[in-house]
Amino acid sequence: MTQPFPSRPLPALLVLSACLLAACGEQSDTAPSAAPVAGEPSMEAPLVVRLGHVAPLTGPQAHLGKDNENGARLAIDDLNAEGFQIGDKRARFELLGEDDQADPRQGTTVAQKLADSRVNAVIGHLNSGTTIPASRIYHDAGIVQVSPSATNPQYTRQGYAGAFRVFADDVQQGGALGAFAMKNLNARRIAIIDDRTAYGQGLADEFEKAAKAAGAEIVTREYTTDKATDFASILTKVKSTSADLLFYGGMDTQAGPMARQLKTLNLGIPMLFGDGGCTVEFHKLAGEGAEGHYCSLPGVPLDKMAGGTAFRDRYKAKFNTDIQLYAPYAYDAVRVVAEAMRKAGSTDRMKFLPELEQINYPGLTAQIAFDEKGDIKNGAVTLYQAKSGAWSPLETVGGDATP
Amino acid sequence: MDIFIQQIINGLVLGSIYALVALGYTMVYGILGLINFAHGEVVMIGALTALTAIGLLVPSGLPGPVVVLGGLLIAIPVCMAVGFSIERIAYRPLRNAPRLAPLITAIGVSIVLQQLAMMGWGRNYHTFPAILPTTPHQVFGAAITDLQILIVVTAAVLMSALLWLITRTRLGRAMRATSENPAVARLMGVDVDRVIAITFVLGSALAAVAGVMVAANYSIAHYAMGFMLGLKAFTAAVLGGIGNVGGAMLGGLLLGIIESLGAGYIGDLTGGFLGSHYQDVFAFFVLILVLVFRPSGLMGEKVAERA
Repeated sequence: MTQPFPSRPLPALLVLSACLLAACGEQSDTAPSAAPVAGEPSMEAPLVVRLGHVAPLTGPQAHLGKDNENGARLAIDDLNAEGFQIGDKRARFELLGEDDQADPRQGTTVAQKLADSRVNAVIGHLNSGTTIPASRIYHDAGIVQVSPSATNPQYTRQGYAGAFRVFADDVQQGGALGAFAMKNLNARRIAIIDDRTAYGQGLADEFEKAAKAAGAEIVTREYTTDKATDFASILTKVKSTSADLLFYGGMDTQAGPMARQLKTLNLGIPMLFGDGGCTVEFHKLAGEGAEGHYCSLPGVPLDKMAGGTAFRDRYKAKFNTDIQLYAPYAYDAVRVVAEAMRKAGSTDRMKFLPELEQINYPGLTAQIAFDEKGDIKNGAVTLYQAKSGAWSPLETVGGDATP
Repeated sequence: MDIFIQQIINGLVLGSIYALVALGYTMVYGILGLINFAHGEVVMIGALTALTAIGLLVPSGLPGPVVVLGGLLIAIPVCMAVGFSIERIAYRPLRNAPRLAPLITAIGVSIVLQQLAMMGWGRNYHTFPAILPTTPHQVFGAAITDLQILIVVTAAVLMSALLWLITRTRLGRAMRATSENPAVARLMGVDVDRVIAITFVLGSALAAVAGVMVAANYSIAHYAMGFMLGLKAFTAAVLGGIGNVGGAMLGGLLLGIIESLGAGYIGDLTGGFLGSHYQDVFAFFVLILVLVFRPSGLMGEKVAERA
């Protein structure tokens, strides 16, 4: 691990960053303060904005983590290409991508690392389970954090001024799922499985509340982990309760195989899950077992986002892979932070944080404005059904259906 | 009742896979007194190699089972080569080193293999193409697929063949002799190095089969899959008595069934106090109980001498 930066005057930091960029490594502190960056025609040194990004880049959820990072990277490349100005200076954005392995302990370790290297803001983390413990470290270090995908309500309810999310939380999503289960799926006996993570358990709890309030009976509550692949025994347990709907709180890497095993166990009930399973990957993992299941995703379908299809094409062209899930939200998280900095004319947290609280930015995924907790206002939730290998949108509830 | 039968079937399928992997641990331990922590990674390489081969074979239009067999026939030699190399590179130079040294290299090899697989196959989950029928049969109200029947039968056949090899053939006798005392076996004309190499190769071949079974049954494989599977299989080997081939089979099947029944009934048994998230706790609790009363495992007898 690198030595933590002591607090330095800006020019010294610039030299250091420029040095890192040009991989020179031999310049001393006595170098001129306006060290030109290789390939930069402008005489004036750009204002370097360093954004941390954290998501699982290894382990079962690596595909989602990489997707987030790609979304953030695309935003940063766009900002640099646009010649984005902060104050009267041209800004050069840098991404410090870290891997938290979706593990809360690793999450706090990399959060400390980013805090020590004094990044201007953090985009992340992906999972609620890593976001919540890390948010304390960012709060203590005075770093603004915008999560593109953490949905556990607790994240923004700790009283941390600098914690934001651009994604509807579990209360909104769980409520929409509970209402959908009763109204559209006509479920009366519901079995719930969750993966014991802050996300999975949190969403399952909110769903349970909403479903119970709507009059459904929760016939069993079973548990797995976010690394499991074998669900035969808990699904057999579900079978014994003659449930008419299975709700899963967790990610696609479990939801997919679970849907497949549901089929091989001859359990002809539909599955319903939240954003974590609402991915392209789910269809691959579930194979023939994917058909007919339901999921929800905060926000509106990509096709209905302003510029959503263009974003998808640019993403595909740049990274040569399809968007998994949260990339547009990670893109927005970066853009909204940059916008607040532009408005404040500064990368200083004290200056741009009030702007971020007040922001009203036409993002890709929604019109982004935050409430007093730091949650996105009017978060929409869209429900989808798996039809012939793709998610087909059913209905959007709440929020502004057309941003 | 049908639910109970279903849980037993779930446990048998899971247990057969555990048992095949556990054999690899126990064979190596029996002969070298070494815990080959890289064995789980060999399973992973088997699964991913087979998936890649199957991906290439699918467009040929051959029937599903033939394609899977093709993948298996490619994965087995690859895993054999990996197992042989592991022994040659990481363990043989340390044959006479203190006990801790090969343990460290074993963990090192495990990490290296995992990282190499990550570089080669990427971090994503790889999915098994839908080429095998998934429509289940009904047996006493319980569902079982062709594939699951095949897994249990294949595991049983392979385990019987291994037992036969160890107890009835010349090679088996050499293996048993090496296990008892390598120095004396060498004096009696047994090529100890060759026997050890063959042990690794055989264990790796079984690992390849287990890898393909896991990939086919759960439809997924990824670079980190070997770790947990290896840990469970190692537990199964200890449960049955590490170093004892019959014990590994028994331990594997038992562990699978215990896990399955544990997940299915623990909530009802404890009145909802413990739920299915204690599935693993249940399995390890049984392991502790067995070890308290039988420290060398269910079928382990001679472990104390070697340890």
